[in-house]
Amino acid sequence: MADAVFLALAVITIGSAIAALELRSLIYGSIALMGTLGGVAGFFFLLDAPFVALFQIAVYVGSIAVLILFTVMLVKRELIFKKIEDKRRKFAGIGLMLIIMVSLGAVFLDSGIKTITTDEPAPDFRDIGIDFVTYYWPALILMGLILAGSVTGSLVLARREDVENDQRAN
Amino acid sequence: MTSELIDFTLVSVALLGIGIYGLAVKRNFIRMLFAVEIIINAANLNIVAFGRFLPHSGGQTMALFSIAIAAAEVAVGLSLIIVAYRMYRNVDIADFRSLKG
Repeated sequence: MADAVFLALAVITIGSAIAALELRSLIYGSIALMGTLGGVAGFFFLLDAPFVALFQIAVYVGSIAVLILFTVMLVKRELIFKKIEDKRRKFAGIGLMLIIMVSLGAVFLDSGIKTITTDEPAPDFRDIGIDFVTYYWPALILMGLILAGSVTGSLVLARREDVENDQRAN
Repeated sequence: MTSELIDFTLVSVALLGIGIYGLAVKRNFIRMLFAVEIIINAANLNIVAFGRFLPHSGGQTMALFSIAIAAAEVAVGLSLIIVAYRMYRNVDIADFRSLKG
């Protein structure tokens, strides 16, 4: 059965996920999203995966959440505090959420994974390193290329041609 | 370790449900990106939990790949938000009409 740390982390993670979507201000919403991402990092610590947990904190909480925060600050003030949603859709969405949670939860509870337990030691970071440089090396190189391509692509997308043309004209 | 696989799986199912609710209800581009992030995190949590209980290092390796690809996705998504905001002065996806096929 779950212990107190697990329950606290579950409450923080799920509560701040709801807060991220439902808080009126987008800035507080993105701070709540940081809570969700940090809570998932805490679950990774509980699963004896400290390397993935620290990666999660460094990449998600450290860079993605801050990037989102800065993007929110670029949007004008009225839009940050305005909730844009349909009232009718909201009830349908809540129904969809409950159907997904109950049906998937029932499938998992009935599937027999309750009986899965392990006493074996967790795989440590050496195994991950060996995986990366042996079996998964083409995927690692591909991932690097995708990251470089996406960063270049996002820089090209966000470039302001009108400002550049003005500067060239001056 | 006192928590079992089913506990982590149920938390992951809850996060998936919240993320799908966000994608279905919200019309704000930035909030929809939040929902996508929550869904990706639910998937990562599931992968690492199953990898721990097998036990196999492939789960953690796959989660690291997934986190890196999600970082790329967020970078592109945020720059798309900036471009769309510059064109329409709004973040409501109902306003992005010229994207309609």
